Amino acid sequence: MFEPKKKKEGKSVTALNSVSLRIERGELFGLLGPNGAGKTTLLKILSTLLLPTTGKAYVAGFDVQKDYHAVRKRINMVSGGEISGYGLLTVKENLWMFTQFYGMKSAVAKQRIDEMLTEFGLADKKDEKVRTLSTGQRQKMNVIRGFVTDPEIIFLDEPTLGLDVNASRVIRDYIVNWVQAKENRTVLLTTHYMMEADELCDRIAIIDDGRILACDTPERLKKLVRMNRTLKLDVSSLKDASNFGSVPGVEHFTSQDDAEKGQTSLKFILTDESAVTEIITEVLRRGARILSLQKTEPTLEDVFIKMVGKGLE
Amino acid sequence: MSDSWFVTNLRAIRGRAYPRVIGSKREPSWLFFDITLPILTVSAYAYIYKYMDSPPEFVGYVILGGAMTAFWLNILWAMASQLYWEKEIGNLQLYLIAPISRMSILAGMAVGGLFMTSIRAAATMVIGVAIFGIALSFAEPVMLILVFVVTMVSLYGMGMMFASLYLLLGREAYHLSNLLTEPIYLVSGLYFPVKALGFWVAAGASIVPMTLGLDALRQLFYPMAGSNDAFLSVNTELGILVALCVIFLFLSKYSLAYMEKLGKTTGRLTLRWQ
Repeated sequence: MFEPKKKKEGKSVTALNSVSLRIERGELFGLLGPNGAGKTTLLKILSTLLLPTTGKAYVAGFDVQKDYHAVRKRINMVSGGEISGYGLLTVKENLWMFTQFYGMKSAVAKQRIDEMLTEFGLADKKDEKVRTLSTGQRQKMNVIRGFVTDPEIIFLDEPTLGLDVNASRVIRDYIVNWVQAKENRTVLLTTHYMMEADELCDRIAIIDDGRILACDTPERLKKLVRMNRTLKLDVSSLKDASNFGSVPGVEHFTSQDDAEKGQTSLKFILTDESAVTEIITEVLRRGARILSLQKTEPTLEDVFIKMVGKGLE
Repeated sequence: MSDSWFVTNLRAIRGRAYPRVIGSKREPSWLFFDITLPILTVSAYAYIYKYMDSPPEFVGYVILGGAMTAFWLNILWAMASQLYWEKEIGNLQLYLIAPISRMSILAGMAVGGLFMTSIRAAATMVIGVAIFGIALSFAEPVMLILVFVVTMVSLYGMGMMFASLYLLLGREAYHLSNLLTEPIYLVSGLYFPVKALGFWVAAGASIVPMTLGLDALRQLFYPMAGSNDAFLSVNTELGILVALCVIFLFLSKYSLAYMEKLGKTTGRLTLRWQ
């Protein structure tokens, strides 16, 4: 439980507020929240880069403030969009350099790097300079950097941020296989992508404005909105998408414009199904045309909207 | 990974030194910028001394000073500013979460920088000596090596201390490095014996280890003329340099620990996007 405060333009900002969380060994745990929710701050505290103002944080049973050296021996970290390393070094040299900071024997490190480069489909790039890699290739290299030291616990801060489907798939598969391959390997993952959290994580904590709003398995979280109905409407020519939340029976709603198609997607979480008629009437009254109407199963996104009051995007 | 703390940190030093060592091979442009340009500067001073019919060892002084500029530039741009740039590209946080002494990172930077810069400085020396036909004395090789090594350890110790202090500065680091270039060339006596500046200026300039190191090296390369132009005796200068080694290494360890603590409290070890 900790409350670190960060300075912002001379003012004190509470980045995390009374966060209390326990992650079990062997778990693939997800932190889901919008920008500025406090996800990265939490990771920085756990990885010994930041001190909490109050409270305590333990990693593998060690206090991050007092036993930071013991913590560092057991962890590694990868962030999305990382540009770490040196552009004039080759992929293999960069990875080797980082293994040396963990005291790995050169021969062991080089062998493991070769194996992982093959696993990530980067074997043919091992002698290329890092500055020549594409974004996806570079992020794969970053992920290898994090895992090559075989940490007990790895912190992944939006590891698939901005990557194409294939690169994301390779990284996600590796994360799942890695945590399952050996007992007691633990992953703490932050992500913007609901699908990613749903697919990968054993448990998820929804965080917003520095507070943990819910923490459970994806299935149990979805049950929180199972009593509700979810309605998705695609409409065109809707000039004003505000105030749908005041329609009786609507608990939450989000809207997303697709300027290219001239469409708006409206999503409603309803406490009363009779609100559908009211919504349709209101949409038509505003001069819009209904393109499709769909009642959907609750997703993690619905849970997020219910908890946070807004979507991630 | 059950190796001792010492072995782990030795590997970390080797790892961090590697990009600098290999960089000499990967970026051949340094041949032009780091050898040709200093030779041009040295030549200007050398021709002034020649034109004035100064004693031949004066040209040797200038060549020694010209070679030494490579080390000072390396201290300013590749040691002092380095942790700031490492923070900018996201390496710093990866260094800081690694289970090693922070001094190993600085030591790796120093060892790599020293290796790379020694090659450049040696090239400047060899070319300068060849062009101007300078004779150097190697009567005391052990002392020469000792003075050079102690000068370098204290100089890079100073660079390690600057590295953590520069973390406070952000982009202003550029300006400070610029500010510390030419004035230090002047007060350290790179192109003339520092004794010419008078005792108190030379004494003040001695805080930069290059000042005393260069003065001692000149005395060893030119035993006769060098001792006439010397600020202090070689033994005294060596003693002070040893003291500077201890002071700068201690201060660099202390200031890095302080900066890390400050950074961990205020969140300044990483950029917002990291």
